[in-house]
Amino acid sequence: MTIVYSAKKILTMNPARPVVTHVAVRDGRILGAGSLEELSGFGEFTLDEQFADKVIMPGMVEGHCHAVEGKWWRYVYCGFHDRMDPHGKVWSGLSSIDHVVSRLQEKEITLSDATTALTGWAIDPIYYDNKKITRHDLDRVSTTRAVGIMHASGHIMNVNSKALELAGYLRTGITHDGVPLGDDGLPTGELKGPDVMYPVGQHAGFDDNMLEFDEAGLIDFARLCVRTGVTTATDLAARLEDSIVDMGIRVTGADDFPVRIMSLRFHHGLTPEELIEHVKQLQLRSTERFRLGKIKVIADGSIQGFSARLNWPGYYNGAPNGLWYIAPEQMRSIYEMALRDGIQVHTHTNGDEATDLVLDTLETALAKYPNQTHRFTIQHGQLINAAQYRRMAKLNMCVNHFANHHFYWGDEHYRLTVGPERAERMNACRTALDNGIPLAIHSDAPVTPLSPLFTAWCAVNRTTASGRTQGEHEKISVQEALYAITLGAAYTLNLDNEIGSIECGKHADFAILEDDPTSVDPDKLKDIDVWGTVQSGRVFPASLI
Amino acid sequence: MSQKTPELPVTIIGGYLGCGKTTLVNHLLRHANGLRLAILVNDFGDLPIDADLIEAQDGDVISLSGGCICCSYGDDLSLSLRKLQSASVKPEHILIEASGVALPGAIGNSLSLLQDYRLDCIAVLADASAIMHQANEKYIGDTVLRQLADADLLVLNKLDLTTQKKLTTTRGWLAGVSGHAPVVEAVHGKIEAGILFHQVAEYRTLVNPSTSICPPGRAELSEDGCDVDKADIAQKILRDHNHASELFESMHLLIGWKVDAHIIAAELADQKMRLIRVKGFVRNLDNELMLIQIVGARWSVTDAPSNLPESTQPGLVFIAKAGELKNEQLRRICKRRH
Ligand SMILES: [Zn+2]
Repeated sequence: MTIVYSAKKILTMNPARPVVTHVAVRDGRILGAGSLEELSGFGEFTLDEQFADKVIMPGMVEGHCHAVEGKWWRYVYCGFHDRMDPHGKVWSGLSSIDHVVSRLQEKEITLSDATTALTGWAIDPIYYDNKKITRHDLDRVSTTRAVGIMHASGHIMNVNSKALELAGYLRTGITHDGVPLGDDGLPTGELKGPDVMYPVGQHAGFDDNMLEFDEAGLIDFARLCVRTGVTTATDLAARLEDSIVDMGIRVTGADDFPVRIMSLRFHHGLTPEELIEHVKQLQLRSTERFRLGKIKVIADGSIQGFSARLNWPGYYNGAPNGLWYIAPEQMRSIYEMALRDGIQVHTHTNGDEATDLVLDTLETALAKYPNQTHRFTIQHGQLINAAQYRRMAKLNMCVNHFANHHFYWGDEHYRLTVGPERAERMNACRTALDNGIPLAIHSDAPVTPLSPLFTAWCAVNRTTASGRTQGEHEKISVQEALYAITLGAAYTLNLDNEIGSIECGKHADFAILEDDPTSVDPDKLKDIDVWGTVQSGRVFPASLI
Repeated sequence: MSQKTPELPVTIIGGYLGCGKTTLVNHLLRHANGLRLAILVNDFGDLPIDADLIEAQDGDVISLSGGCICCSYGDDLSLSLRKLQSASVKPEHILIEASGVALPGAIGNSLSLLQDYRLDCIAVLADASAIMHQANEKYIGDTVLRQLADADLLVLNKLDLTTQKKLTTTRGWLAGVSGHAPVVEAVHGKIEAGILFHQVAEYRTLVNPSTSICPPGRAELSEDGCDVDKADIAQKILRDHNHASELFESMHLLIGWKVDAHIIAAELADQKMRLIRVKGFVRNLDNELMLIQIVGARWSVTDAPSNLPESTQPGLVFIAKAGELKNEQLRRICKRRH
C-alpha cells in the first residue's frame, strides 16, 4: 500500500530537489519525493493530509548521546535550564540553591518511609556564581534519608550528611583531592570523580551502572526522541553484555518502538583482541532497530574536569595535564584490527593532544592496513585546530562536535579551562566544513538535553549561557547545521545510504515540525515545536507517546 | 578498645604497558605460600594462569586453588572491591593490577576512602630495557614519570633484556627520577614474595627462630627491655628458591621497651635506611600494642589486632637487600627513648 503525505514544505536534503510538497511511502520506505503528479506515476495511492500544515524534514540523527537518559528522569530534575521529560512535562529551571532544596523537599514529603534515598540530577553550580553546595544545604531536605544530586557535567556529585554517614565518609582524616573538607575537618558533601562518587552514590539511590540503560529507561528515552524529532539515536558507550543485548533487541523490536538505536561497544575492560571478537559477535546480532558492531574508544577525559589531554601550554588556570584512558599501543592494536576487519571506530577526544594521538595512530595503522572507507570518527574533538583538520581530511576522518558545549560551558572554557583564544575556536564546525570533513553535531545527552534543533541552534549562533557570541568565525549556516543533524550524522554512522535525507529508497524517517527551520530567524531555531515523527513509515505523534 | 575488623592490606601493581605486571602477578600467585590472595586485574587478557591452578570461572571471577581468586574489574574498580566484601571466601591480601596508563597513586587515594582496606604498598614496575625511552615518549612520557613518582617500591624488571652498560645508566637515571622509593631488580617479575606480603615474610621468620635476637625469656615487656647491644644478631639471607634475581637479608629485633611508634616508623621508612619491608609490634608510650608496617617509603601505625596470642613479643622484622641491612643504625633508632 502506498501513502502520499502532503506538507506545507518538505526539506529533503537531496540537492536534486531540496524542497518538495509530497512524499510517497510504501512498506516503510520512501518511494519518492516530489509533486503529487510526479508521485502518482508509482500507481495507486492514498493521500494523507494530516501534515498539510506542517513542515517535514528527514528524521533527525543524534550521533552522540546515551540511551541512559531515559533512566535519569526517574530522579528529580535539578537543572538551571527548563527541560522536557519523556512525558512532555517541561520542568522549570531552578535559579538558586534554595530552589533546588525546595524542589527536593516537595518530593521528600511524598515519600512514605523515612529511609528511602532521594536522588536528583543535572544541578550546575556555575549558574549559582559557583557557590559551593554543601551537605548542610541538603540536610534541609532530610537528615534520615540519603540525598544525592549528580551535576549536569556528570563529574561531580553532592550528597547530604546521611549519605556520607552510610558510606563511612562522615569522619575526619580523609585525604583525597575528590573529597573537599569543611572547617570541621569533615567532608563538605561534594564528591569529585567517579572513584569517590560511586561508593557514596549507591547509598544515595544511584545504581551501580550509571551509563547503561534498562528496559523502562530505553522506552522513556524513545519518548524523548519522538518529542525532539529524532528517528535514529546512538547509545555511544556500552558494555553490551548478553543480557542487555537480548533486552535491547526485544524492546526495540516492538511494533510501536519509534527509534533506531545504534549502540557502540566501548573499549574498557577488554584487550584489543577481545574487543574485536566481541564486536564481531555483536555484528551478527544487529537488527533493524538495534544496530550493533561498532567500537567506541575513549582517549582522554573532559576539559571541564581538567582530565582532557591538552597540548602545550595546557590549561589556562595552570591545572596539570589530564589523563590517558587508553595506552597508545592499545589504540594502535584496536585501529589496526578494526581496519583489517572493516569495523568502524569512534574515538572520544577532548584535548588537542588526544586528537594528535588519534591522527598519528590512524596514519600509521592505515599505512599497514589501507582502507579508503573506514569513516573513523572523532567524537567531541572540542579543541581540534585547523592543522589537525587538514590532517583529518587527508586521513578520510569524520568529526562529531559537541556544539551544545558552547552554550552550557562556553563561559567556563573562556574564563577558566582553556582561556579566551582557544575557547573561541572550540568545536570549530566552520573550519571542519571548510576542510571538507564530514560533520555531525551532538548533545551527549544526558549531559545536555537531547534536541538536535537546539544543537543546530548552538552551532549556528555560538551563544553562551551568559549571552555572548563565542567564536563568530566558527559559525555555520542553518542549512549546514540541518545537514549535520541529518545526513552528516548518518554519514558518521555509515547509515547515509539508508537514512538522513528524504529520497527514493531510504527509510521513511521524518521529523514533523510546526514551523520551517529554513525561514525562521536563526535565533529561533531551538524554539520550533516538534509535532512528532514518522519512523520507517510508522506515525508517532508526540502528543500520544 | 572497640572491636574493629582488621583492614585488608592492598598492594597496587602499577607501571606502563609491557613492564611485566601480569608476569609478576602470576609469579606472586605461585609463591603466596598459602596466603589467600584476591587479584584484581583490568582484564583477563594475557593473564597466563595455568589450567591446573584454575578451579572455576564464573564471568568476571576466576577461582584458583588455595582459596585465591582473580577478578577483572574492567572500568569499575570500586564496584569490584565492594563485590569482594560479600565474597564467600575472605581474601587475606588484595593485589590490584593497574592498567598501563593508570596513575597508581590515584587508585591508592580512592582506596583511602574505603574503610575496610589499607593501602600496603604501591609497587611500580619499570622495563629496564625501555623505561628511559618511554619516559621521553611524546604522549606517555609524563604519565610514565607520574607512575614512577607514585611508587613506594620500584621493581626494575626485564634485566635480561638490557646490557650491563645500559643497566648502569638506567639505574642512575631511575634513582634520579624516583627519589624516595627503593629499587629491587628482577627478571621475569621474579621478586621475593615476602617483600610484598608480610604474611609470607613473617612465616619465614617464625620457622627460623634463630633470627630472634633475644631469648624468649628475656623478651617480656619491661621499662628497660632487653639489651640489644649484647644480643647476638642472626641474619639470614632469603634465597628465593625460584631464582629471584635479588637476594635479601632480614633481621628480627625484639623491642621490650616503650617507644613512640610513629617516630620510629617514620625514621625507618626514610630511604637512607635502605629498608624494603618492616613489620611488627611495639608498645607505644601509653602502653598500647601498636602494629607497624612499612613497605619502601610507605609506613603505617595502627592498633594491634585484639586477637593476638598472649605470647606475642613486641619486635620488628626488617628486610633489606643483601648487604644493605644497617644493623647498628636500626638498633639505634629502635632503642632511642622518646
Ligand atoms: Zn558521551
